[in-house]
Amino acid sequence: MLRYLPYLLAGMLFGFVLIKSEAASWYRIQEMFHFQSFHMYGILMSAIATGLVSVQIIKRLGSRRSLDGQPIQIPEKPPGRVSYLAGGAIFGVGWGLIGLCPGPIFALVGTGSLGALVVLAGALHGTWLYGALKHHLPH
Amino acid sequence: MDTILAWLYAPWPWYVAGPLIGLMVPLMLFIGNRSFGISSNLRHLCAITQPRHVGVDFFQYDWKEHTWSLVFVVGTALGGFLAGVVFANPQPVAISPATQDMLLNWGFTLPAGSLVPEELFHASVRNYTLLFACGVLVGFGTRYAAGCTSGHAITGLSTLQLPSLWAVVGIFGGGLFSSWLLVPWMLK
Repeated sequence: MLRYLPYLLAGMLFGFVLIKSEAASWYRIQEMFHFQSFHMYGILMSAIATGLVSVQIIKRLGSRRSLDGQPIQIPEKPPGRVSYLAGGAIFGVGWGLIGLCPGPIFALVGTGSLGALVVLAGALHGTWLYGALKHHLPH
Repeated sequence: MDTILAWLYAPWPWYVAGPLIGLMVPLMLFIGNRSFGISSNLRHLCAITQPRHVGVDFFQYDWKEHTWSLVFVVGTALGGFLAGVVFANPQPVAISPATQDMLLNWGFTLPAGSLVPEELFHASVRNYTLLFACGVLVGFGTRYAAGCTSGHAITGLSTLQLPSLWAVVGIFGGGLFSSWLLVPWMLK
């Protein structure tokens, strides 16, 4: 069980930041999509910049092993376009309406929001629906 | 000590929050050669709960290999509890004046302390139907695109992957569509 502790702590930091930065706020998401504040763009761009720089540093390290001794590999997404654009758009419509993407859903559930729990229930049904329809969809 | 406490209660600026979120990418690689992403957990939860006789192949895999990821989102919820309940910010979300005007035009009240509007989240059949339906879009879309804001916008873009750029274009297009053309009519 102890080997999962780092993931628990990292997840806690992530959830804490999502709430403290108000990225889990419907108000902030509307503000972002209407280009009325730099706040969310600042979060996203500085997050990407931090990820980019640190991944480049990891790539240049001599010994690249994770805590549990595995060689670190930067994961590659399978190539494609239709599924990424279409899936992204469907998710985006939901995000724009209720202002919650998956990370904030879990963080808000933690605050005791029943509404967020309803969103999570819907998201699980949507995920299942995709699994059932996968072979009929263009990818 | 007082400064630290004040920091724990206050909302965090983007230049503190953004880099901390971005650090999740190297942190997951460093802890166990993992790719940072949240929405795949929705799939794992379906895999755990799918009855044997249903047998949708998308959910037939050894979810136990992804326990680390489920532990991470349990942590996310715990972090949400700490930040939103234990160290809750007593002030309403400080949105820009332009957003305040826009909300009033749409018939919403201004933020009052909660991160989400009461108009959409208080318990009613109408609200919960809407929240559930939007949740379906989020779950369906993120699996179709094989990732969400964390897996594509953060991990994917910071590792320079073209598929993630397409996903982000789709996500942003969908979000612009609904927040400009659907949200203004939500309460009407």
